[in-house]
Amino acid sequence: MAKIDLEKLNDVQHDVLKEIGNIGAGNAMTALASMINQKVDMKVPKVNLIGFSDLVAAVGNEEELMVSIMLSLEGDIDGMVLFMLDMESARILINLLLNNMGAESMKEEDTFTDMHFSALKEIGNIIIGAYMSALSNMTHLNISLSVPHIQIDMAGAILSIPAIQFGQIGDKVLCIENNFNEKSDINGYFFMVLELESYEVILESLGIS
Amino acid sequence: MGEIIKVAMGDLKICSYPDSLTTLGLGSCIGIALYDKSTRITGLAHIMLPDSTKITRNQNKAKFADSGIEEVLRLMVEKGANRNKIVAKIAGGADMFGFVNDSKSVFRVGASNIVAVKENLKKQNIPIVAEDVGENYGRTVTIRSEDGMLVIKSVGKPLKEI
Repeated sequence: MAKIDLEKLNDVQHDVLKEIGNIGAGNAMTALASMINQKVDMKVPKVNLIGFSDLVAAVGNEEELMVSIMLSLEGDIDGMVLFMLDMESARILINLLLNNMGAESMKEEDTFTDMHFSALKEIGNIIIGAYMSALSNMTHLNISLSVPHIQIDMAGAILSIPAIQFGQIGDKVLCIENNFNEKSDINGYFFMVLELESYEVILESLGIS
Repeated sequence: MGEIIKVAMGDLKICSYPDSLTTLGLGSCIGIALYDKSTRITGLAHIMLPDSTKITRNQNKAKFADSGIEEVLRLMVEKGANRNKIVAKIAGGADMFGFVNDSKSVFRVGASNIVAVKENLKKQNIPIVAEDVGENYGRTVTIRSEDGMLVIKSVGKPLKEI
């Protein structure tokens, strides 16, 4: 069994998980780019084994208002994927979609309506789906996704969910984090947080022990 | 105006007049504010999970409802608080994505935390004098040693003092 020590990943484990982040998010960004008809840049993914407060620091501060789209994962692996955008980025993304459809843009002072929420959920659904199908193809694991859930709230409150999941086994969270931007106007964060055993299942499926 | 001391997720602290304690962005976690009016000694724990006895790696006392409450009480009494005058105010325990019926326990932990915090405070004979728990939104809380008021800030809602 490919055992992961929550205090320290070995180099091979680290590199493999990082490569998963690379390929998965690459796929996700391609899906996003074709939705909004724009090139999307992705930063090098990070495999993070971090304390609870550093998890929040990765996106900003605890009280920063963010749109979060969350899907939970089931099947051979268990966990969740969070796609988080700051408010301005969410608005820009919605407008890129609406403009593509010839619909009226959302103004800065507008509040999010149900239609905007649906659009964001669909964006989350498509890019997380693309990420997961890449992961599933690589590992031949069976991964099923829940319907997307959306919430606009403080980053700390949202990230408490993966923190609590890992809180049951230690004081650190293991996640694969991707940061992307579209001409630097959109800042998005993509967190895949699995149960510890699920990372081991993935490594095992790739022949890493 | 005293200092405002920050308490992180899975952490606890105490202070005395004129300082305040704050914890930011509580989701399913709970902020347990303990206050002794007679000495103005104040404590705050940001707990994440209901029960330390169900977990093997439970060294971090502040992470759990049971051991977190015990530890704050111990520190407050050590600092000179009157044990029988201490009261509690609690906030948090939200269900951020509205997952009450989900099969995965991690999504229902808010509700379990509320139950555990109430049970453990009762066990310690600490009355809960005010609460703002549950629902589906995040909260930032600050407890003032000056008057023991708990100030709760949530997105798109007026500031609340309980």
